[in-house]
Amino acid sequence: MTAILLLSVLGGALIGLSAVLLMAFHGRIVGISGILAGVLPPVSADWGWRAAFLVGAIAAPALLLMLGGPAVGFESPVPTSWIVIGGLLVGIGTYLGSGCTSGHGVCGIARLSPRSLLATATFMAAAVLTVYVIRHLVFPS
Amino acid sequence: MKSILLAGLTGLVFGTGIVLSGMANPAVVLGFFDVAGAWDPSLAFVMASALLVTAIGYRVVLRRPAPVLDTRFHLPAKRKVDRSLFAGAAIFGVGWGIAGFCPGGAIPALGLGESSAWIFVASMLAGIAIARMARRSLAAARPQTA
Repeated sequence: MTAILLLSVLGGALIGLSAVLLMAFHGRIVGISGILAGVLPPVSADWGWRAAFLVGAIAAPALLLMLGGPAVGFESPVPTSWIVIGGLLVGIGTYLGSGCTSGHGVCGIARLSPRSLLATATFMAAAVLTVYVIRHLVFPS
Repeated sequence: MKSILLAGLTGLVFGTGIVLSGMANPAVVLGFFDVAGAWDPSLAFVMASALLVTAIGYRVVLRRPAPVLDTRFHLPAKRKVDRSLFAGAAIFGVGWGIAGFCPGGAIPALGLGESSAWIFVASMLAGIAIARMARRSLAAARPQTA
């Protein structure tokens, strides 16, 4: 439990560091949904740094493994059809809501943006409610 | 070239943070939302730590006149809370609760070679494309009065 806690805090600090770096060098928010939207056709004019950021993020697990980092746990406990529906909703929602956990939840709240505070409270509450309905009302185990 | 290289390195730092913190693992994320079940507090520690570093770092960085590689900081200009923000955030939250992936968690998970991450990201990109087309066709259909 302590090791997991330590990794959470360390991992969170690295996420924060990446947000500070991208602002310091590129003057950009680390908002993954926004970065992604810019590499979808029609691509935005500045797609280069976006694509590079995404490639770096995708390469991270392989690099961690090569450097002998801790084993990365992964478990997707829901059926594939749910992944598809969830993915569609996440795409539509982050586009309409101008951001996701990284953009609103980290970068926006760090700037004390009222929009980001409201968005984060809303998507967190919606996710908690959704999991409650699924796990305790519709499919109680 | 410098811009591309630094963006790649920054992405690497981000992805490493996501993977180390367990945020690329849907089971951990869903465990945080399951407040009435076996609650997993990990996500709260990740966010608190990320927020602390970002808030302090932004205070230092945003005092400068401009970023190193650009002429200005690209900060969101919109200040007003509108219906689209609220509805979008709610839709995102429902999708997150169903699948257990958010965009920032799913991208590094692609590198784990997990098929569920690839299916999620493909669906999410489709969702973004659908929403963008819908907004553009709505904007085109609406007469410009303002």
